[in-house]
Amino acid sequence: MSFITRGFRGRREPGDSGRIPPGQYETHDFPVLSAGPTPHTPLESWSFTISEGGEELARWSWDEFRALPSETVTKDIHCVTKWSKLDTTWEGVSVDTLLDGIETGAAYVTAWCDGGYTTNLPLEDVTGGKAWVAFSYDGEPLDPEHGGPARLLVPHLYFWKSAKWVRGLRLMDEDEPGFWESLGYHLYGDPWREQRYWGD
Amino acid sequence: MKLDGNAIGGLLGEIFVEELTIARSTCGSCGAVREVGALSVYAQAPGAVVRCPDCDAVLLRIVRSESRIWLELQGVSCLELRAPGV
Amino acid sequence: MAGAAVLGRLSWLLAELVETVRETPRVVSLVLDVPGWAGHRPGQHVDVRLTAEDGYQAQRSYSLAAPAAGERLVITVEQLEDGEVSPFLVEELRPGERFELRGPIGGYFVWDGAADGPLQLVAGGSGIAPLMAMLRHRAEAAVDVPATLLYSSRTLEDVIYREELGRLAEGDSALTVAHTLTRAQPDGWEGYARRIDGEMLREVLGPPDSGATTFVCGPTRFVEVAADGLVGLGYDPSRVRTERFGPSGR
Repeated sequence: MSFITRGFRGRREPGDSGRIPPGQYETHDFPVLSAGPTPHTPLESWSFTISEGGEELARWSWDEFRALPSETVTKDIHCVTKWSKLDTTWEGVSVDTLLDGIETGAAYVTAWCDGGYTTNLPLEDVTGGKAWVAFSYDGEPLDPEHGGPARLLVPHLYFWKSAKWVRGLRLMDEDEPGFWESLGYHLYGDPWREQRYWGD
Repeated sequence: MKLDGNAIGGLLGEIFVEELTIARSTCGSCGAVREVGALSVYAQAPGAVVRCPDCDAVLLRIVRSESRIWLELQGVSCLELRAPGV
Repeated sequence: MAGAAVLGRLSWLLAELVETVRETPRVVSLVLDVPGWAGHRPGQHVDVRLTAEDGYQAQRSYSLAAPAAGERLVITVEQLEDGEVSPFLVEELRPGERFELRGPIGGYFVWDGAADGPLQLVAGGSGIAPLMAMLRHRAEAAVDVPATLLYSSRTLEDVIYREELGRLAEGDSALTVAHTLTRAQPDGWEGYARRIDGEMLREVLGPPDSGATTFVCGPTRFVEVAADGLVGLGYDPSRVRTERFGPSGR
C-alpha cells in the first residue's frame, strides 16, 4: 500500500451509494476524455450507416437521422477512470429504431467513429431500449468535445463503450475487440461487476 | 487535451529502463522521425495515446491498471533507444 | 552519469515539505527534502502521488523550478480553483509532512548549457517553472551563453519570480527578460500588453538563429500559439521544444 498522505481526500463526494458502482466516485463535472484530436465532420458530410459483412443495410444523412423519432432519457453514467455522474439527460434516437426492419443473425456490433475509434458490444446490449445515438446533452446540442454531433450512448456499460463521434454500426458474427478492448480493457465492461480489465 | 511526450515520462519510466522521451521513433504511417518527447500525447483517457504530430496516426498506446500495464507499439515502425549506461 | 537523463528505473520516494514560499496570490513554491534523490537536470519534472486513507489516489506532474542541489527540490504549484491536488499542496500540507514523489523525468525538455547556442525561453503563466530552473542553473553555473525570456502573465501580481527575474536580468547583460501582461497593466507599464503573437516573438527573440534552442512551456493553447508563431517565423521545429501543461486526468 502506498504512503498515506495525511489530510488528502481528493475531490470526492459521499454519493448515493446505491447508485454508484463499486470502485467509483461521484462527480458533478463532466470530464472530457479523448484519445485524439476532436473530429469536425461537417453535417453535410455526416452519415450514419448500419452494415453487415461489408454490405450497407441502412444509411441516414444528418437531416434524415434527425427526422427519426427520438427520445429524451435520464441516465447515470460510469467511466472506467472511476468517476460516475448521476442523472445525465440525453436526447437521441434509440438503436432499436435504427435497427428496425433489419434482419440479422449477427450477435455482436462494432461501433466505428470519426477519428478511428471503435468499440465492440453484444447486439442484445444495444437493443431492447438500452442504447441510443445521442445528439443532445442536457438540453443542448452535443458539444464536439463530448462527441458531437452524435455519440453512442450505452449507459449500462462503462462509458468507453458510449463511442464519441459515432458514424455507424457493423453487425458482426464475432465479438471483435475495439480500440480499448484490444489493449487490456474488458470485452463487456459491466460497471456493477467491476469489469474494467481483461480477466476481471 | 493534447500534451507532449514528456507528460507520460513517468509512465514510460515504469516500462522502459532508459529514458524514453529522448528515444527517436519513426512513424509507421508517414515516416516522420521524432524524439518521443516531441510526440502528441492524449493522456486523459482510459489510457495514454501517443500520436504522430505530423499525421496524427496512433504510434503508441498504454493502459495501466493497478497491477498490469498493456503496451502497444504497432504504429511505430522503428524505435531508436540509447543503450543503457551510455 | 554524464549524458544520462534518468538514472535507471523510477521509484517512489518520500518528499518532506520544508517550507512553502508564497510567490503570487495563486502560486506557491514548495521547498522539499527528498532522501535518496540522485539529482536532476534543469527542465525535468517529478510525478507527485497522494493517497487518501481509503486508498484513493491522485497523481500530477510538477516541473522542478530549481537546479539540482543535493536532496533539496523546489516545485512551483498554481492553486487551481476546482483542482483536486493543488489546493491540498498549497493549503493543507504542513512543513514536516510527506508525500510520494518520483523522478526526475524527461530528457527531452532539458537544458544544462552543455549544448552551444543561445537559450530562448517562452513561458505562459506557471509554465515559467521549468524555464526558471534553466535560468537559475545558468546563473549559478555561470554558463556563458546569451539567454532571452518572453514571459506572458495575466497581471503584474501574477508574475512568478518577478523580483528574482529582475535581479538576474539587471546583473547580466547577456540575459533579456521581456514581459507581456495580457489582462491588466499598471500605470506607466512599458512592457507588452497583449497575448503572444508572431510579431512579439520576432521582436523579443529575433530571427531564427541556427544555434539557438527555444523552450516553450505553459498551457496547451499558449504553447500551440507560440510554437506555431515560431515556426511561422522560420524557426526549425526540431530546435523548438515544447512542454504543454494540461489536465493529466489521473
